[in-house]
Amino acid sequence: MNAMRRPTRWLVGLIGILVTTGLFLVPFAFVFTMAAKDTNEASLLEFSWPTHFQLWQNVVEVFRARDFMLVIAFINSTILTVASVTLMVVFGAMVAYVLDRRKSRLNPLINTLVLAGLIIPPAVVPTIWVMQSLGLFKTLPGLILVEVAFGLAFTVLTMRAFIASIPREIDEAAIVDGAGPLRLFFQVIFPLLRSVIVTIVVVQSIFVFNDFQNPLYFLPGSQNATVQLTLFNYMSQSQTTYNLLFANVLVITVPMLVMYIIFQRQIVAGMTSGAVKG
Amino acid sequence: MSSTTSSRDGSRVSLAKPPRASAEHVDATYPLWFHIPAGVIYIVLFIVPTIFSFYFAFTRWTLFKSTFIGFDNFVLFFSEPGLIGSLRNTLVYGFITSAAKVVLGMLLAVVLSAPIIARGYLRSVTFFPVLVSAVGVGITFQVLLDPFNGIVNKLISSVTGADGPGWLTDPDIALLSVAGIDVWKGLGLATLIYIAGIAAIPNEYFEAARVDGANSWQMFRHIILPLSFPATSTVIILSLIGGLRSFDLIWTTTQGGPGFASDVIASVIYKQYQAGFYGLSTAGNVILFVVVTAIIYPLSRWLNSKETVL
Repeated sequence: MNAMRRPTRWLVGLIGILVTTGLFLVPFAFVFTMAAKDTNEASLLEFSWPTHFQLWQNVVEVFRARDFMLVIAFINSTILTVASVTLMVVFGAMVAYVLDRRKSRLNPLINTLVLAGLIIPPAVVPTIWVMQSLGLFKTLPGLILVEVAFGLAFTVLTMRAFIASIPREIDEAAIVDGAGPLRLFFQVIFPLLRSVIVTIVVVQSIFVFNDFQNPLYFLPGSQNATVQLTLFNYMSQSQTTYNLLFANVLVITVPMLVMYIIFQRQIVAGMTSGAVKG
Repeated sequence: MSSTTSSRDGSRVSLAKPPRASAEHVDATYPLWFHIPAGVIYIVLFIVPTIFSFYFAFTRWTLFKSTFIGFDNFVLFFSEPGLIGSLRNTLVYGFITSAAKVVLGMLLAVVLSAPIIARGYLRSVTFFPVLVSAVGVGITFQVLLDPFNGIVNKLISSVTGADGPGWLTDPDIALLSVAGIDVWKGLGLATLIYIAGIAAIPNEYFEAARVDGANSWQMFRHIILPLSFPATSTVIILSLIGGLRSFDLIWTTTQGGPGFASDVIASVIYKQYQAGFYGLSTAGNVILFVVVTAIIYPLSRWLNSKETVL
């Protein structure tokens, strides 16, 4: 793989830059320029630099629209993402840990359930039926628990592989030092899972924050919208206001881009290093 | 540590403390109640609805009252052209997106594993679409692919002089256009998996091949292609599961239209739910369950068996 001659390295790199710029960067640049235009110029749908650059004004207007609906949606989405990912990670780690450490008659059943969770599409209306009988339908806690239920399988599967690489001697040492099962797990094992937790948190946060289908089914109604549903504010009306629509797209895309950039190195480190040192 | 040794069944032989019964020890250290919090949420909100879907699919249902009607929902599903078409579209969509992600992801990963200039930049740029929501991507492409004013068709007509196709409005190509957008959005993930797979191939193989005078194509064909098979099977399974269940992108670009041209089972489930046909919607769910399981389960077993042969 390292046998490339210098001209080839430059040539392939340059072709790559041209192709990826055209395919991947132009759509992003298009969103950005549209978000900075005034309404008339944006309606032409052209890819050009805005004559009146009014990005800030558009962003403010998007946040103020419909009684600060986007602000409320951001609060809802933040609560939804933080709560569901936290529960997924803690509860998922507990399952993965006991599943790996303890041979039990339950294990084959749990393994089957985990695989089922990865493959089976959730049954929508029966889920609504169950939630309604529990008083969880159309509530944020209900949606949080649904996201946890749908995300657990992936979390358990990923964590189990990682926990298997943590030597049991660590458990033994902690027990000799007098730690009970709760302290052993939360104070000794859980901190060692840091790198896999970062990976899962990033992946699941992207999934939950960007989710459209589950809020659409389980938390309908504009007063408790999540950020993905706010986009339809600017489309369902007779005339689409494209500059505000794209300002909205931009605003709800930024959080996940920033999170990825912050954690990029740790994700790569978590994927490559794997095992516990010492 | 030196005073403690652990045997296979988890019992401890400690010099400092008298040994305890192994079952009791395991029981105390790894309590089974750790399964309960996750288990309750998972069973109540996922397993129970899944099991009940097999009953409600055979009923006329208002959420409060259900009447058993036998196979009527399924008969309706398979006789209505708009509904049976969604089954075909689901399969087409799933297989096309999966195949494209395998081929393009592999090619891109090979290029991005080579020592080319601006490699970090290229890796980031191809991964960024993965971070954008399907709704955001769908809306953006709806505008980019606008038949008259979209920049894609403006580019086509300025180069060829002819009008570009109605990407999302022509019933013959709407589904393929959405599949293309799906590939655009998901390619970065497939590429990332392949890059990890190629990086895991021991360097000795490449060195030995170079000593034997292999060219780049031979290295790709005889080293990278067979030895990145675990990555291939991961990409196939993941993208097929995602593709067969896909809803967000289709709903935000075409809403299953024009007509029923790009309806998939997941969008039919939503439409029937909106229309209040809860039994029919649940029958769609059962059909999707059967389709996904009947494809993924044997396929993953077959891929696993090939993986262990290697």
